[in-house]
Amino acid sequence: MSAVLELDRAAVAVAGRTIWSGVSLQVQAGEFVAILGPNGVGKSTLLKAVLGLTPLSGGAMTVLGDRPGHVNGRIGYLPQRRAFDPNTRVRGVDIVRLGLDGDRWGVPLPGRLAGSAGRRARERVEEVIALVGAGAYAGRPIGQCSGGEQQRLLIAQALIRGPELLVLDEPLDSLDVTNQASVSALIRDVCRSQNVAVLLVAHDVNPILPYLDQVIYLAHGGAVMGPPEEVITADTLTMLYGTPIDVLRDRAGRLVVVGQPDAHAEHR
Amino acid sequence: MSVDLTWDLVADVRQLLSYHFMLNALRAGTIVAVVCGAIGYFMVLRRQSFVGHTLAVIGFPGAAGAIWLGVSSGFGYYGFCIAGALVIAALPGGGRAGSGLGGAGEESAVVGTVQGFALACGFLFVSLYKGFLSGLNNLLFGTITGVADHQVITLLIAGVLCLAVLVAIARPLLFVSVDPDVARASGVPVRLVGTVYLVLLGTAAAGASQITGSLLVFALLVAPAATASRLTARPYLGLGLSVLIAVLVTWLGEAFAFFSPYPIGFWVTTLAFGAYLLATGYGLLRERLGRRLVTA
Ligand SMILES: Nc1ncnc2c1ncn2[C@@H]1O[C@H](COP(=O)(O)OP(=O)(O)O)[C@@H](O)[C@H]1O
Ligand SMILES: [Mg+2]
Repeated sequence: MSAVLELDRAAVAVAGRTIWSGVSLQVQAGEFVAILGPNGVGKSTLLKAVLGLTPLSGGAMTVLGDRPGHVNGRIGYLPQRRAFDPNTRVRGVDIVRLGLDGDRWGVPLPGRLAGSAGRRARERVEEVIALVGAGAYAGRPIGQCSGGEQQRLLIAQALIRGPELLVLDEPLDSLDVTNQASVSALIRDVCRSQNVAVLLVAHDVNPILPYLDQVIYLAHGGAVMGPPEEVITADTLTMLYGTPIDVLRDRAGRLVVVGQPDAHAEHR
Repeated sequence: MSVDLTWDLVADVRQLLSYHFMLNALRAGTIVAVVCGAIGYFMVLRRQSFVGHTLAVIGFPGAAGAIWLGVSSGFGYYGFCIAGALVIAALPGGGRAGSGLGGAGEESAVVGTVQGFALACGFLFVSLYKGFLSGLNNLLFGTITGVADHQVITLLIAGVLCLAVLVAIARPLLFVSVDPDVARASGVPVRLVGTVYLVLLGTAAAGASQITGSLLVFALLVAPAATASRLTARPYLGLGLSVLIAVLVTWLGEAFAFFSPYPIGFWVTTLAFGAYLLATGYGLLRERLGRRLVTA
């Protein structure tokens, strides 16, 4: 196994203020990793640093063997966000397609004129849409799709270039419980079947808990990383969040985190 | 001039085309409509209508100032609109198409201030140039009689440049407009694309101002694009439809202005608004029928 992401005593400062520092961690190819932590602790900033959008203020980081920002074509990104405006009159397929060649200048040639490259692009779009199961609504204006449907289309967009690393910022937020479960399962399937490493910021760890290989907890300006059984314990969580948190096992033996602060509260 | 509307359409069109000023108006109108239809499509997508309106209004002090100084009003329109676009792009948050997905919200307060200032300057220049008040209506509401040959050439050059640049940036612009965060992560120079787009918008507004007047540019920038996006959610088809609607509305508006005493701005606005209402009605009808099919 090779590391897709490696941080060595890394630090980030935004507007002159150090958000976190002394963070060292490694993510291996094909691992499903959750990033947890209270609001405003710098989870989104960590993802932006991985993408080279926020520079490090100290330490070192290697992404897919290169400097951050140099390999974004091999990373699928889903930023933290609200839903699309309901009036956005652009189809889901077009949004997915932008993930493939949206950064290229010019306009795509229509239909036949685009030749075999155009056909391949269209096939690739259909392929990822089928992979996330969005075929039924990909032709509708994305503003009229439900939150879960939009999230699946955006995951298809993130997957379209066949990335080696998926960077997902709270993709389960604003989804109902059923959709949280099915989107989590979808991400797990993608992670396993395509051997894509997944870095997923989550507010509520429960829907993804059964699938996780590693957990990164950001708190108090630093980070703790380890397998879920080690990090997700009542003592560690209580210490990191600074409020009492319990970790229980349900009937199937799965871990459940109880009392996690603002699991459903407002987010930034 | 005396014109008579008959029931013979061919004779009417022939009559209309027999006037050189009308030919120029149609040429200029067509160029302006194509450019506005295309640029306006992205304006609607980016929810920058207010910025577009402001840029159009900025053309008014430009033209008034140019006439006061005794130079061609075209300089005033292009100079002020493009400078205005650069100022808005440089203002903090002014040139951003909103931070949300699909381009929600815009810094309206900043842009509104610029707009108010522009209008005030325009009326100042008009009052400084005392003999000029009769031209005020034309500056604000447009005219079909005043388009000179050299103006058509200028419009054509500006229009071709505008469209060439738009084609070059169209795909990243679409990306940035609907999903700025992912576009930035994919390496699209978001700020540059936004600024270039604002300059295009300023250029389009300057051109259109010379035909429809500063206050009614909006009819060509916003209504055809809004109509097209009611009709289709395919971006490039929408772009084409928007251009088509803008051209039709302009031709009809100019013809109606020719045969009636009312200014072209009024006709173009009315027709564009009518098209929008029709498209909205069609959209609602289709939705209702679709729902009935689903529930049946
Ligand atoms: N553009 C910015 N300017 C100044 N401060 C920022 C900016 N973006 C984020 N921050 C600050 O950085 C900290 C971490 O933010 P973020 O990474 O979004 O947290 P999280 O995703 O964990 O909720 C917060 O305290 C936030 O206020
Ligand atoms: Mg965040």
